Amino acid sequence: MVLVFAENNAGKFKKAAFEAVSYGKKIANQLSCDCAALVIGDASSAGELGVYGADKVLNINDASFADFDAQNYVAAIAEVSNNIGAKLIIVSHSSTGRSLVGGLAARMNAAVISGANALPTLDDGFHVSKNVFSGKGIANFSLNTDVKIISLMGNSIQPENMGAEVSVEHVSVAPGNGRVKVVERKTVSGTVPLPEAELVVSAGRGMGGPDKWGIIDDLANSIGATTACSRPVADTGWRPHHEHVGQTGVAIRPNLYIAIGISGAIQHLAGVSSSKTIVVINKDADAPFFKNADYGVVADLFDVVPKLTEAIKAFKAVNA
Amino acid sequence: MKILVCVSRTPETTANISFSGDNSQLDTNGLQYIMNPYDEWYALVRALELKEQVGGSVSIINVGEAENDPVIRKGLAIGADEAIRIDAKPTSSLFVAKEIAAYAKDQGFDLIMLGKESIDYNGSLIGGMLAELMALPYISYATSMDLNGNTATLNREIEGGTEICEVETPFVLSAAKGMAEQRIPNMRGIMMAKRKPLNVVPSAGSDNLENVSSYQVVSKDRNIKILDPENMEELVRLLHEEAKVI
Ligand SMILES: Cc1cc2nc3c(=O)[nH]c(=O)nc-3n(C[C@H](O)[C@H](O)[C@H](O)COP(=O)(O)OP(=O)(O)OC[C@H]3O[C@@H](n4cnc5c(N)ncnc54)[C@H](O)[C@@H]3O)c2cc1C
Ligand SMILES: Nc1ncnc2c1ncn2[C@@H]1O[C@H](COP(=O)(O)O)[C@@H](O)[C@H]1O
Repeated sequence: MVLVFAENNAGKFKKAAFEAVSYGKKIANQLSCDCAALVIGDASSAGELGVYGADKVLNINDASFADFDAQNYVAAIAEVSNNIGAKLIIVSHSSTGRSLVGGLAARMNAAVISGANALPTLDDGFHVSKNVFSGKGIANFSLNTDVKIISLMGNSIQPENMGAEVSVEHVSVAPGNGRVKVVERKTVSGTVPLPEAELVVSAGRGMGGPDKWGIIDDLANSIGATTACSRPVADTGWRPHHEHVGQTGVAIRPNLYIAIGISGAIQHLAGVSSSKTIVVINKDADAPFFKNADYGVVADLFDVVPKLTEAIKAFKAVNA
Repeated sequence: MKILVCVSRTPETTANISFSGDNSQLDTNGLQYIMNPYDEWYALVRALELKEQVGGSVSIINVGEAENDPVIRKGLAIGADEAIRIDAKPTSSLFVAKEIAAYAKDQGFDLIMLGKESIDYNGSLIGGMLAELMALPYISYATSMDLNGNTATLNREIEGGTEICEVETPFVLSAAKGMAEQRIPNMRGIMMAKRKPLNVVPSAGSDNLENVSSYQVVSKDRNIKILDPENMEELVRLLHEEAKVI
């Protein structure tokens, strides 16, 4: 059995959960076994996980798990895993997944890879790859225990329709003993958070100051992208810290990364170079970023960004 | 307040990464090393601030070989009181966590701090492992932490936002940006570091459950197309038809 921990937010599943389920199902097919999804909390829409490959959905709905406490969640997932005899546990490499995956490996004394970027190969042992050295290299890990654990990097595979809605089965585990008390949660609503975003528009010091970001927001809105920035921009307070991408900020791998007025320092590239397509807009033809881009525009950003936005709007008007 | 900070040694941030001819290991030729930035800038500095505020001690611990000593000394120069190096080659995350847990379990630490991840393998694993092995609560990606007696209030990063939570000591946390500001060691600190204890302790002989079987360099080859700034319609067309991203 493959067990996928499908994260939900107040009953709603994000793309990362569907990716993890499809990933789990594909491996289950290779191993000729079933794929179960585990949902902690509100499972009212959990049946849809079946569409993405879950053969069954297990649900823990116990008030002692209402607040996220890594220790409690680790114990619960491990208990379910042992009960169903799972050989492989998959979680998303999200903030929640990252705070669980290490504890789970320690509790189950299982080999683990965090941030896997592809399906495993099973012909000669169990090998899975991940990006290392902040995107500068790839390491192929060999997992050598009976039970194995993987956290899956977002955007590594696409969720696929591989089945139909399934019913949800309730399971009970030892209640959490809640040592961490959540006082308050603040989530930015509306936009897709950076680690999950497929389209990202990012700007750097070339913007000259905090007051001109309107053209960046307009461009981002025109394609439904999330905004990001380089580190000095966040450090000087032009933009909020959670937008900082790079080696010491958020590492992302969207389908499209548009870098505007960013020179392309190695520490910046470390967090964005895994993006599928990179567009660079910079007035300096020698900016290092052009060496790591698919499309380049050498021009003053204040001229060209509004033009790009207009061109996208015109395109959307025709292709909507 | 007795604080333990886990520190690792990583290639410096601008290092070019390459692998040995048979791709079995990192090519360390000419590689410069630093203390993992999250450990140094955030975990260690916040630990020192807490000590300055409530008293106590800050120990740093590393699992590694003698080649790590310069990085460990830097931690002492920044202000840690003592250092422990568990003399072993760190072979996997769980190995490192088991080694640290074996050392720390009877030492009565009130707080164990790590960086949110090491910038070499980007694992984000050891904090959670250590917490589990020591049966302590784990707060990951903490961007601030304040103490009031035994109760800590922390801000942590969550998907698309932040969370404020409370927990009693002892516990384990991993530190992210925001926790503290980098401190540059001064001459006095560097001199004092030479006299501070760096205790080398033997490995507990933990097992290894996974290993890296091969590496590859990520090819940066992108064939750039330079576009006419007056023709953004062409860029949109390419993004749609060629790259298929919009
Ligand atoms: C340990 C360490 C960690 C780091 N981590 C990160 C990290 O995680 N993320 C990160 O981003 N940086 C990081 N840095 C900083 C990094 O080295 C660079 O300093 C930073 O990325 C530069 O930001 P920038 O490109 O916005 O600014 P600059 O380097 O100043 O580049 C601005 C660019 O804008 C262009 N420009 C200016 N005006 C215009 C205009 N009108 N139109 C078009 N183009 C224009 C310029 O030609 C230039 O290329 C780190 C540094 C260190 C030492
Ligand atoms: N060899 C090591 N010795 C001591 N602490 C370590 C070691 N490797 C990693 N750590 C700590 O664990 C944190 C997370 O590392 P990782 O799980 O490897 O991403 C780092 O930020 C360090 O605080």
